[in-house]
Amino acid sequence: MLASRNMRASGARVAAAPAQRAILAARSGRRASLAAKAQKKEIMMWEALREAIDEEMERDPTVCVMGEDVGHYGGSYKCTLGLYKKYGDMRVLDTPICENGFMGMGVGAAMTGLRPIVEGMNMGFLLLAFNQISNNCGMLHYTSGGQFKTPLVIRGPGGVGRQLGAEHSQRLESYFQSIPGVQLVAVSTVRNAKALLKAAIRSDNPIIFFEHVLLYNVKGEAGDKDEVACLERAEVVREGTDVSIFTYSRMRYVVMQAVNELVKQGYNPEVVDLISLKPFDMETISKSVKKTRKVIIVEECMKTGGIGASLSAVIHESLFNELDHEVVRLSSQDVPTAYAYELEAATIVQSSQVVDAVHKIVGATAPVRA
Amino acid sequence: MALQAAIAGLKSQSGSGLGLSMARLFASAAASPSIKVEVMPYKVHRIEAPSNVVETNVEELMGFYKLMYKMRRMEIAADMMYKAKFIRGFCHLYDGQEAVLTGIEAAITLKDSIITSYRDHCQHISRGGSVVSLMAELMGKQEGATKGLGGSMHIYNRKHNFYGGNGIVGAQIPLGAGIALAHKYKGEPNVCITMYGDGAANQGQKYEALNMAGLWNLPVIFVCENNHYGMGTAEWRAAKSPNFYTRGDYIPGIKVDGMDVLAVKNAVAFAKAYSLANGPIVMEMDTYRYHGHSMSDPGSTYRTRDEINAMRTERDPIERVKKLLLNNGVDAAELKKFDKEVKKEVDDAVEQAKQGKIPPLPWLWRNMYVEPLGAGMRGVLPDEYHVPAFDPDYKS
Repeated sequence: MLASRNMRASGARVAAAPAQRAILAARSGRRASLAAKAQKKEIMMWEALREAIDEEMERDPTVCVMGEDVGHYGGSYKCTLGLYKKYGDMRVLDTPICENGFMGMGVGAAMTGLRPIVEGMNMGFLLLAFNQISNNCGMLHYTSGGQFKTPLVIRGPGGVGRQLGAEHSQRLESYFQSIPGVQLVAVSTVRNAKALLKAAIRSDNPIIFFEHVLLYNVKGEAGDKDEVACLERAEVVREGTDVSIFTYSRMRYVVMQAVNELVKQGYNPEVVDLISLKPFDMETISKSVKKTRKVIIVEECMKTGGIGASLSAVIHESLFNELDHEVVRLSSQDVPTAYAYELEAATIVQSSQVVDAVHKIVGATAPVRA
Repeated sequence: MALQAAIAGLKSQSGSGLGLSMARLFASAAASPSIKVEVMPYKVHRIEAPSNVVETNVEELMGFYKLMYKMRRMEIAADMMYKAKFIRGFCHLYDGQEAVLTGIEAAITLKDSIITSYRDHCQHISRGGSVVSLMAELMGKQEGATKGLGGSMHIYNRKHNFYGGNGIVGAQIPLGAGIALAHKYKGEPNVCITMYGDGAANQGQKYEALNMAGLWNLPVIFVCENNHYGMGTAEWRAAKSPNFYTRGDYIPGIKVDGMDVLAVKNAVAFAKAYSLANGPIVMEMDTYRYHGHSMSDPGSTYRTRDEINAMRTERDPIERVKKLLLNNGVDAAELKKFDKEVKKEVDDAVEQAKQGKIPPLPWLWRNMYVEPLGAGMRGVLPDEYHVPAFDPDYKS
């Protein structure tokens, strides 16, 4: 995406804070509380993703969808609801349950010039397709000497849901981040979900597109059919001065909830939604670090080898002299996600922990402002 | 280029006149007397066998001989270069199996797609590549087929629909189904020849691909090159049912004598017609590799030298065609002359490849991404940054 821009009809850069309507309450992941200022039509994230797919399929006949239950069933999270009626069974292809097989098929089709959107019903299932994603999708452009592109979008929900059990609560961004040749994108709002999916479909690189199980019913405004975001640009959710909090996906809402609390206490944190997990938007990140000189990373990945681990290393290595404090990393515990509600909650980062982290790194009381 | 013309000539004469016909380059081909050859009868599964009497002529047979002999000399040269340490890593040689590929190429066109495993050197040649570029790639030179970045197992030719060159056993099978899906999606009257071995035939993803191909009637021809050994394990020790042509279950299958180029060509032509009309079909090519699995494998710890020698004397594909040619009036001296030319061509190519240049270091960061936006990648040391670039012609 050389024309990198976060565009609104007005041409101004999309800032998430004013556009952000939905903030999840702590205990009910699926209910969103609407802010009073909602004026334009609000849709849910699954509808926004569906709109993005529909618009791109209409615009380009080589775009097609393949995955389990994407066609007649409409998609397990409704992201392809009704599309098979409009585009036919070949363009919205119901595959059997064989992730390795249909991921390979998607890569093969992409090599010939088609632009498949391959859906993993849950990102965790794509572990079965790891070989195809790593060797055939990620590396192909390079090992073929630049001959074959693989313009796939591999999308699906990941993350910890509501007591879905260990095998359905996986965070694959950390496993995929080492694969050379792929880009990783994590969406969080209705607006950025639609705009980024459109960009991902148009991109000639293979994009692994992380959605979150608990965010499909988040409400917000989506852009029109021309709004295409930049896949490599992070989103500044809230500007601030005390500390930079880097986060992505559902943890953004956890952070914003903590921020509401912190603002009441007089703090002024800056919140940046990474969006691009690979490559990192070092321009936005370093600008923020230089401003606040303190960093907290809040992620749902495991502590070991997560996205935060990579980001922490990058920040320490390239911005050491801009830091007043070592990077603090809040990540999930290195355990399989338990079923019991309380244990699941203890596995992942909670907003109270983010508040505590800010207290620790900035000070027990808010800094005195001039 | 004469070889390329020979192949094109073969295609225009393909028995059932299928697919896109290429220009007839041998005006005299039709005038040459037809030779009828009876090949080993096909074993079939859920389909009626094609006739095992194949029509050919001297021109066509000469074309086969030339291509197969070139493949053979090239693989032998690769063997010598590997032992001389010009070629490193893994090197999987195809000698003994030439008839399979030659027969396939005779029955299809360059608009049909081929995908195969790591035993891919000869596909480069049959799909229009040069011996020099193959040798250069094996030696890791920038003049190589994939610029020295792929190596022996990653040879590709996009222009002529050769999709590689895949390192992981069986991973190419779903890719092949995807390529066939794309042919159908775009309405192209082409098939995808998806080649794999007897070892790969036990991979789960093969059955996933068979199922999907069968569900959607994809124009894919699954070709199992059964050389009877999956690296060091004989087929009967790895497969409960070594009748690979039946293992598609609901997908029809044909077993072909893979050491007989005419049998292969005839069967693949039949399979292509079937596939374009009905969907997937499985072919088992009963073939043999003289070398071990790769250059790291002597090839004699799990099979006897007697077996290898017996294959060479009784079933060698090149000798078979040579016999046919000699019996049909071709002068032995002419063949000898051609042999010498090919040897020289291959030797020259090897020398030329040896003189090739190492790929320049900046190519390490070329073509990771299309349009990488100038984002820097970190190098080995803390202060190193490299900017990946999109440069498919490798100009810089």
